[in-house]
Amino acid sequence: MSWLPKSPKARRRLTLIAAIAPVLALAVGLTLWGLRDSISFFYTPSQAAAAHPAAGRSVQLGGMVRMGSVAKYPDGRVEFVVADRTATDKVVFQGDLPDLFREGQGVVAVGAFRDDGVFEAKQVLAKHDEKYMPRELTKALKAQGEWRGDGSTPDYAKAQPTT
Amino acid sequence: MIAELGSFALILGLAFAIAQVGLSATARIRRSSVLAAAGEGAAVASFLGVAVAFACLVHAFVTSDFSVSNVAANSHTEKPMLYKVAGTWGSHEGSILLWCLILTGYGAAAATLGRGLPKGLKAVMVATQGALGTVFLAYTVFASSPLTRLVGDRIPVEGASLNPLLQDPALAIHPPFLYSGYVGMSVVFSLAVAALVEGRVDAAWARWVRPWALAAWSFLTIGITLGSFWAYYELGWGGWWFWDPVENASFMPWLMATALLHSAIVTEKRGALAGWSLFLALGAFTFSMLGAFLVRSGVLTSVHAFAVDPRRGVLLLIILGVTAGSGFALFAWRAPKLAPGGVFAPVSRESALVLNNILLAAATATVMLGTLYPLIREALTGEAISVGPPYFNLTFAPLMAALAIILPAGPLLAWKRGDLRGVGQRLWLAALLALGAGVLTLALVSPRKALGAAGVAIGAWLVIGAAVELIERTRVFRVSAADRWRRLTGLPRGAWGMTLAHLGLGIFVLGACFELGWKGEAAEALPLGGSLNVAGYHLTLETVGPREGPNYDAERALIRVSKDGKPVCTGEPDRRFYPAGGQTVSGIALCYRGFSHLYMVLGERRTTTAGTPVWLIRAYWNPWASLIFLGPVIMALGGVTSLSDRRMRLGVARRRQEQPA
Repeated sequence: MSWLPKSPKARRRLTLIAAIAPVLALAVGLTLWGLRDSISFFYTPSQAAAAHPAAGRSVQLGGMVRMGSVAKYPDGRVEFVVADRTATDKVVFQGDLPDLFREGQGVVAVGAFRDDGVFEAKQVLAKHDEKYMPRELTKALKAQGEWRGDGSTPDYAKAQPTT
Repeated sequence: MIAELGSFALILGLAFAIAQVGLSATARIRRSSVLAAAGEGAAVASFLGVAVAFACLVHAFVTSDFSVSNVAANSHTEKPMLYKVAGTWGSHEGSILLWCLILTGYGAAAATLGRGLPKGLKAVMVATQGALGTVFLAYTVFASSPLTRLVGDRIPVEGASLNPLLQDPALAIHPPFLYSGYVGMSVVFSLAVAALVEGRVDAAWARWVRPWALAAWSFLTIGITLGSFWAYYELGWGGWWFWDPVENASFMPWLMATALLHSAIVTEKRGALAGWSLFLALGAFTFSMLGAFLVRSGVLTSVHAFAVDPRRGVLLLIILGVTAGSGFALFAWRAPKLAPGGVFAPVSRESALVLNNILLAAATATVMLGTLYPLIREALTGEAISVGPPYFNLTFAPLMAALAIILPAGPLLAWKRGDLRGVGQRLWLAALLALGAGVLTLALVSPRKALGAAGVAIGAWLVIGAAVELIERTRVFRVSAADRWRRLTGLPRGAWGMTLAHLGLGIFVLGACFELGWKGEAAEALPLGGSLNVAGYHLTLETVGPREGPNYDAERALIRVSKDGKPVCTGEPDRRFYPAGGQTVSGIALCYRGFSHLYMVLGERRTTTAGTPVWLIRAYWNPWASLIFLGPVIMALGGVTSLSDRRMRLGVARRRQEQPA
């Protein structure tokens, strides 16, 4: 192979580049592709109303569980309302709620909006720790001026009279 | 009194660590063996100080001394003894103290064991280790004191107890193993800094690095496996890896250490890749510290966030920045002056190991990017996002598949110039068998899954490849029966270690692909006597009754499992209520079927409109799940076997002869 450089050092460098280049291309390509398709955005109900994510797109919905909105059905289905200051979303979830799920407290649901606007959760984020609150939620609540420290329930999450 | 003694011993440990830096650094500058010995003594003294402090904290936990605020926040008198002891490292302060204990322990071990090292190199290593000790001990003493007392009426009568999820045997021993792995990389880091200061990286250096890297890697492997196993059976989600930031944080140093173990072989045998090995040595500990920062600071949303304290995150970030920054700055300054290593052909064992390193480094980079991308994105655009498992499956899996495909060829290639045709001749049967396993899986296992079958083929390829490697090395089929045994036992332990580690990887891949491809899941609300089906098994909820644990009350179900009308086993999952923290935790039940698991979870009790109680029962069929945990254990066993190789010690002894006192 006469087109290869003469010095062994340059040859080695060339082979090294030849080995790294495809791996690098593969890794970068996969990373960009992966980051485009498999990131999920975090919304509070009012942010979701503004951004209007496409039905079926995987997103995270965070907010406060409205008091008295949790309905558990014998077939394992759970429905509850997630609220922030200006908007609410109805969430349905099939399965067992995490042990620390409480009415009037923060929750993050992972799933997608349905065509009818109901949020279908695949997973309700479990917390290992009573004091722990997902960071995005803390931040979003602080931005809305609704942060009152751990464990407090803002007014909009209190039970609402049915209209 | 004992808590004060502990605080005092901790400060003494810090003082000795500072002395260690000063003495060893001066010893290097003045080339004084007296000062060097004093520096080594200070390393041991620093360890003893921290050990006393740690023992005092353990004592406070065991005796439930609630006047110590850390104990009051994390312990409870009714907790079983194991979890009282484990509570020591269940909090932020306690876990950092454990980190310091292991860090100074490694420092003391490196100071006492490394007798054969050149004096200058060793002095710089001890000084660097002392500097690391100083930084982390200063953080502990000034920002995260584990032995702070509560005063007067603030002392509670009863403690707040440890998070019930952490009250588990696997998780009780998970942090010591994980930290022994993380912090073991500190010795590797110190050796790299010493080599850069001395300006010499040769075969001998690589030989000294390898045992420490091997020990740390083995600990880390076990630590990660324990954590994964804990998540598997304690969280009740049926999964064993979630690509959660905290999991990734432990996985990145593991990938770096794995790359280092392989590149150090090239540096040891052929003197090549010296700069790259140094880079990995610095990188492994940097990723360990990054892991500690990510886990402890809570900057990323994790499902496994424990003992998080954002205020301290900033301090940890500064420590990370300063330590890694100085290490890599030194590297940038000194590494170009290192002598270039040996030359090798494109087809050679060196090249195979370089390819291994390229793939592992690329995999580390994709995991890091996925883990940190939410932070980057939020800083740039203010949008909160999360990167989920699909990203990692898409980026990580193909790179690892490529690595697995080249892996069996590597050990069969000769150094310097390999012979691809010869390797082909030795491996074509293995490749055929592996392909056969894949095709058989595709044909026999339903539902038909091409990706799962490909995974099984790759796993089989690794397992058979490991066997071929052993056979080729001993030529066991070409000699008489009497010779066989001699040849197998005569094989160096290092070779056995490698074979075991590669075999373990193959077994893990088999288990992981089978589990991911063919797991089954069913969830239903069952009344007493009700039943559900999963993967051909018929589960009947027989009874649900109360049960009392040491520090919890539980509701326990009895589930009878049958297949084709024949009874198979019974499972007793429960739901435990811990009054101390007001928390409910599910205890799952596992029914072992060969390597496969039937995984049962008892959920909430609900009431139907008719008024009968029903329980949410979830069941998972996890085929070959045992292999997922068995594989890494075999890998770690390979690490330990390799560590016990006589060459690891002979190298040091030979060195001693070369340097007459």
